[in-house]
Amino acid sequence: MSVATTMPDFSLAELLICTCADVWRDDGEVLATGIGIIPRLAQGLAKLTHSPELMITDGEAYLTETPVTIGAKNQEGRRYGGWMPYSRVFDNVWGGRRHALVGPVQVDRWGQANISCIGDFASPKRQLLGLRGFPGNSINHTNSMFVPNHSKRVFVDGEVDVVCSVGYRKERWPAGVKHDYMRIHRIVTDLCVMDFGGPDHAIRVVSLHPGVSFDQVQAATSFPLLRADGLAETAHPSAEQLAVIRQLDPKDIRSRQLKDNPPGVRKAA
Amino acid sequence: MLNKEMTVAEVVAQLRDGMTIGIGGWGPRRKPMAIVREILRSDLKDLTVVGYGGTDMGMLCAAGKVKKLIYGFVSLDFIPLEPFFRKAREARQIEAMELDEGQLHWGLRAAAMRLPFLPTRIGLATDQPSKIMPQLRTVTSPYEDGEVLLAMPAIPLDVALLHVHKADRLGNTRLYAPDPFFDEQFARAAQRCYVSCEELVDRLDSDETDAKCNPFERNLVSGVVAARGGAHPTSNVSTHGDGYGWDAAHLKRYCAAADEDGGWAKYADEFLGGDEAAYQRAVGGRDAIVNLPRQVF
Repeated sequence: MSVATTMPDFSLAELLICTCADVWRDDGEVLATGIGIIPRLAQGLAKLTHSPELMITDGEAYLTETPVTIGAKNQEGRRYGGWMPYSRVFDNVWGGRRHALVGPVQVDRWGQANISCIGDFASPKRQLLGLRGFPGNSINHTNSMFVPNHSKRVFVDGEVDVVCSVGYRKERWPAGVKHDYMRIHRIVTDLCVMDFGGPDHAIRVVSLHPGVSFDQVQAATSFPLLRADGLAETAHPSAEQLAVIRQLDPKDIRSRQLKDNPPGVRKAA
Repeated sequence: MLNKEMTVAEVVAQLRDGMTIGIGGWGPRRKPMAIVREILRSDLKDLTVVGYGGTDMGMLCAAGKVKKLIYGFVSLDFIPLEPFFRKAREARQIEAMELDEGQLHWGLRAAAMRLPFLPTRIGLATDQPSKIMPQLRTVTSPYEDGEVLLAMPAIPLDVALLHVHKADRLGNTRLYAPDPFFDEQFARAAQRCYVSCEELVDRLDSDETDAKCNPFERNLVSGVVAARGGAHPTSNVSTHGDGYGWDAAHLKRYCAAADEDGGWAKYADEFLGGDEAAYQRAVGGRDAIVNLPRQVF
């Protein structure tokens, strides 16, 4: 039997769930907040595998040690360890005890992100969500980003249209403004994983998803990227991880998150 | 003895053009929509509306009642962007004071404590001070750290409008929601606070456990309104049973109106021509509203 036939088959969505779950590894007892189906499955996967100490919610106002099943019909059987209304979410944000995985619309080379509007704020071409929690989250605790459509439209040239979350651009941090609590851990996209581990927090590619080349990532990005030392292929999901994902998402809602539900190993272009 | 019972019409008769009105709830959750609908039927105009917005802000924009919005977001959750808010913004119909969600809490809290501002790091190193709120200023810590902080200005309200599960005629209230959101801060930041409720009783005389579900004191409450089903089409989930989910079908119908020519006028014609009882009949009846299943996340 060849090795290839014993490897589990996986979709890109499943690869991304596993890759996103990894952003919370070694975080300790922080509130893990994943927004959207793939990040939510990722937070549950992280908790049920490498990071059981994470705090997560039921998607509403309670903390649970048992991640909820996505697509459940009712609240039946849900048990709670604690209470997490929005006032306490803010308290966790301001106290730095949180790591959110957020979905920005635009991101620039400094890791600054936009979800407010496209164009000028005073006369927007397209109103988006607004600042929401981005200013407070980004200056108070660690954040990672999930970008399921890696493209030049997302990873823009220059600064994003409205800087909603703070980044590593020095000019934006005058003397006296404390930046000790901000950290952008990783950006997980449908092509690769990036971080800000280059010189002066320069953005770099740290792993490429199976079948994706560095040149392909660079061509889909408006600013220059660095290759991390030891740039490798993103780890494939294990059979155990895939089993946990199926348990958290029995209705396979994950298969509807990316257009045409592409396979995890893409054919070279 | 005190009797603060009012009708929605009596509440709206207290409002004036140009007032700053804070509305409790969060997106498609626990909005005092019966009172909002009465505002939609009124001649009020040039309002500044403050909140974690949903249909309340969208409908008030659609009806041309709004001069300025002060918002943490305007969203229906499962429909991420409130379409009438988006239209109003893109047509430059309204002034927009776009805040971080926590800044809005902080602004209300400053007003509640009668302070001019509260310090925070939120907003520093973003585009908010330059592009969104050029009036924002920083303060420097007078202590050894010398840290530069943003001075979040107070957001005092003329009026707060809230929806809760239960109230009595003295103005005592009970909130059985999984999340009380920031209703308490709205009540404290306002000169006057009007609360609609699912059930109005003469006097709440409950045990200790129930008394802890009192979100704010009665001396903050100017009026209480009996409005069973009054949060529709937003939800009013109750951990004591007896709550209801949001009306997803109605919200979709409402959002679709934003894409039609004259869509809002058609919506208003269909649902806002009569009083609240007529509204409830038009959306399927009160029983249908209060039996809407709770959303599962």
